[in-house]
Amino acid sequence: MKLLFEKSVEGRGCSILPPLDVPACEPKEKRQAPLRLPQIAEVDISRHYTELAKRTHGVNDGFYPLGSCTMKYNPKINDEMAALPGFAKVHPLQPAHTVQGCLKVLTLAEKYLCEITGMDAMTFQPAAGAHGEFTGLLLIKAYHKSRGDTRRTKIIVPDAAHGTNPASATMAGMQIVNIPSNEEGCVDIEKLKAAVGEDTAGLMLTNPNTVGIFDKNILQITKIIHDAGGLNYYDGANLNAVMGVVRPGDMGFDVIHLNLHKTFSTPHGGGGPGSGPVGCKELLKPFLPLYHAVQTDDGYRFDSPKQSIGSVKAFYGNFAVVVKALTYILTLGAEGIREASQNAVLNANYLKSRLSQWYDIAYDGICMHEFVMTLENLKKEHGVTAMDVAKMLLDNGIHPPTMYFPLIVHEALMVEPTETESKDTLDQAAEVFHAIYQKACEDPEALHQAPTTTPVRRLDEVGAARNPVLKYPF
Amino acid sequence: MGSYVPSTQAERQEMLHAVGVNTLDELYGAVPKEMMIDSLGIPQGKSELEVSSIMQEMAGENRVFSSIFRGAGAYHHYIPSIVKSVTGKEEFITAYTPYQAEISQGILQSIFEYQTMICELTGMDVSNASVYDGASAAAEAVAMCKDRKRQKALVSQSANPMVIQTIQTYCEGADTELVLIPAKDGKTDLDALTAQLDDTVSCVYFAQPSFFGVIEDAQAICQLVHAHGAKAIMGVNPIACAILPTPGECGADIAVGEGQPLGMPLSFGGPYLGFMAATSAMMRKLPGRIVGQTTDIEGKRAFVLTLQAREQHIRREKASSNICSNQAHCALTASVYMAAMGGEGLKQVAGQCYSKAHYACEKITAVSGFGRVYEGDFFHEFVTTCPTDPQELMECLEQRGILGPLPIEGGLLWCVTEMNSKAQIDALAACLEEVGK
Repeated sequence: MKLLFEKSVEGRGCSILPPLDVPACEPKEKRQAPLRLPQIAEVDISRHYTELAKRTHGVNDGFYPLGSCTMKYNPKINDEMAALPGFAKVHPLQPAHTVQGCLKVLTLAEKYLCEITGMDAMTFQPAAGAHGEFTGLLLIKAYHKSRGDTRRTKIIVPDAAHGTNPASATMAGMQIVNIPSNEEGCVDIEKLKAAVGEDTAGLMLTNPNTVGIFDKNILQITKIIHDAGGLNYYDGANLNAVMGVVRPGDMGFDVIHLNLHKTFSTPHGGGGPGSGPVGCKELLKPFLPLYHAVQTDDGYRFDSPKQSIGSVKAFYGNFAVVVKALTYILTLGAEGIREASQNAVLNANYLKSRLSQWYDIAYDGICMHEFVMTLENLKKEHGVTAMDVAKMLLDNGIHPPTMYFPLIVHEALMVEPTETESKDTLDQAAEVFHAIYQKACEDPEALHQAPTTTPVRRLDEVGAARNPVLKYPF
Repeated sequence: MGSYVPSTQAERQEMLHAVGVNTLDELYGAVPKEMMIDSLGIPQGKSELEVSSIMQEMAGENRVFSSIFRGAGAYHHYIPSIVKSVTGKEEFITAYTPYQAEISQGILQSIFEYQTMICELTGMDVSNASVYDGASAAAEAVAMCKDRKRQKALVSQSANPMVIQTIQTYCEGADTELVLIPAKDGKTDLDALTAQLDDTVSCVYFAQPSFFGVIEDAQAICQLVHAHGAKAIMGVNPIACAILPTPGECGADIAVGEGQPLGMPLSFGGPYLGFMAATSAMMRKLPGRIVGQTTDIEGKRAFVLTLQAREQHIRREKASSNICSNQAHCALTASVYMAAMGGEGLKQVAGQCYSKAHYACEKITAVSGFGRVYEGDFFHEFVTTCPTDPQELMECLEQRGILGPLPIEGGLLWCVTEMNSKAQIDALAACLEEVGK
């Protein structure tokens, strides 16, 4: 398929602006370089992107069991509400009395999300989960610093953690202490005890963890950190398993980030925008980022916490995403939120029980909202890898599970069906997995060749990195 | 109660049975009982119709101005209909990050086209696939420049205060020393900058145009910075790039900026778009996703996320940044906007901003008490004095449906774009006359 630039024809274009109605003038120093943006008629722009859309697989196109990413259905009302002129056409620097509705959105979303997570306050400034992690760690850093406790520079991270955890800790100027997981994929209590000390700033943990198991020792874990003088950070990537059932705040966590684009049904947009609000307990509230929306007797306004860590971006966060999440929360309400989590867990366990007929599940027992399969035996016996199975799924209209994560499981496929899939969809997916398994045993080469029905086939990724072509060569 | 769970009660029972439990609660056997909650203290769920009313009511509590003379980091521009139509396609809205390249060529190609357009606009060699916003782009750029010998960053105080705040926060996190270079005449004080430059300085960040709208002598700044072996980071307004010398022409090492003017609504501050482009020499230090061209096993041209060895999911604590989710859908928006405008169209937008701002400046400063504060050429923002209490002035303008300039220390920061018609500008000037009386 051609690029926009290859469709460009000198002299074509769209008619958008009226003629200038004031005297024309121009800057003294001017751009000399040509500005080679495509010259294209509107009809061809429309068709170009329609063709690109056909080469894109969204949640609307089919089952998307991408572990740790919670690719649930994105309700359409959410997008419509965010696009209301009363939200979309509001300048962020309007006086407070003209943006009471926006400020109300932020304070309501804060109130409900604090209730769901067991936190006392929340900032919406972080634009994504990783951005939230960075923000949360800065809160921890500021807290220790405010107490004159400057030795606490180490963050404990289990080896099963998301890659963003250690990367965020580095950005926050902290050193990482990796601790291995135990045989059940959970925190090894003895290793944790050995790792804590006077230099412990905190722990970063996902619970349910990245293998889809609820760590039953969670209260003991968070207590070990607290006793050592550290704080507990909750990576909210897996919150979809436990809403309305158990709250991070009650597990002993002091600070969390959420991914509104996972748990609260806002769309991923092909990689973003997300929203990564950070919630915290009272003790971290004085350090929250600037522009914290509050309700007062005179209406809503922004407040800046006294010992604020500053800003992690301009303005107040990806506001339109917060509007979508609030719409979702209002729709589901208390019992709907709980129902969503319970059914996410039910769907995962059901699909696991179906797939376990053919595939090895990495950890036994009831899982939470996701589970991890290990294809090590399939690889040993038939030379078929997790990658091969994933690519075969593409030929069947299913987005593959997360591959090769967590790092502690070999040939991992991490499956998260979410609550918004019906039993029918799960049954159909199970049949596809079954057929692929049989094919893998009978004709492994067919899997090595997959996919064959997609717009392009397997790519030369090594070549792409070795000789980077990162823009159109005019 | 609204719900998006499709399974019927009967199907749920069937599934529970297949799993080997009787109730949903049994699935949570691993959760310590003492921690469990029975219900949440939030309102009961509502129907779509009810929720729609509630949200519309909240939206109605905001004031939408038709006449806007305020910018300061968020700009009111025309968004062509084709932009909304394309970006409203469900495939683009609901897709994940294009890690599975074979079924993600649409998103990948759109990012490749976006990267090309950003390079064209900025005159730089290579662009990433976006970061959160202009402020975080500036902060990430500063982080790119730090090395063992050069640990200190210099930031011009004539940049947007919110961008400066963000850079400060990131520097605080990474224990990077940051020195602010004072502003003079609404732009970077070159003497103060010279005094701070030495071989411990990694980079200098400045904005073009400055927060006060003034056009900086970017080439001179870049030359000065390079003479001391540091890197020049230029924060640019993407619309202004269409007519002002590009960061590439000025000699910048990294160009960053807020992409919101390229087709994104104001939306009370987000989501916006952080764009980042750099010289080839700095390619492997860029944070975030980058799309590259390659071929598939049949030799067909294809696109793929590349240079991933920089990223957190591979490098973990040694990654160049922690960024994962970015602003892909906003990058798509910017691409469609730039395709719809074309090079000439974008220059026309920039030219109209420039001309109308100068016309407005003339009209406003003709009113007694509204004098220009800074000399020098400006793009579409400028600062004037304010003869009355700024809050009172704003309220007067508000009553006439005008969102006035942003009151800042020392005056009023005005912004004029292609959206402000001559009639609007004339009406504004008439208002100011009235208020002054």
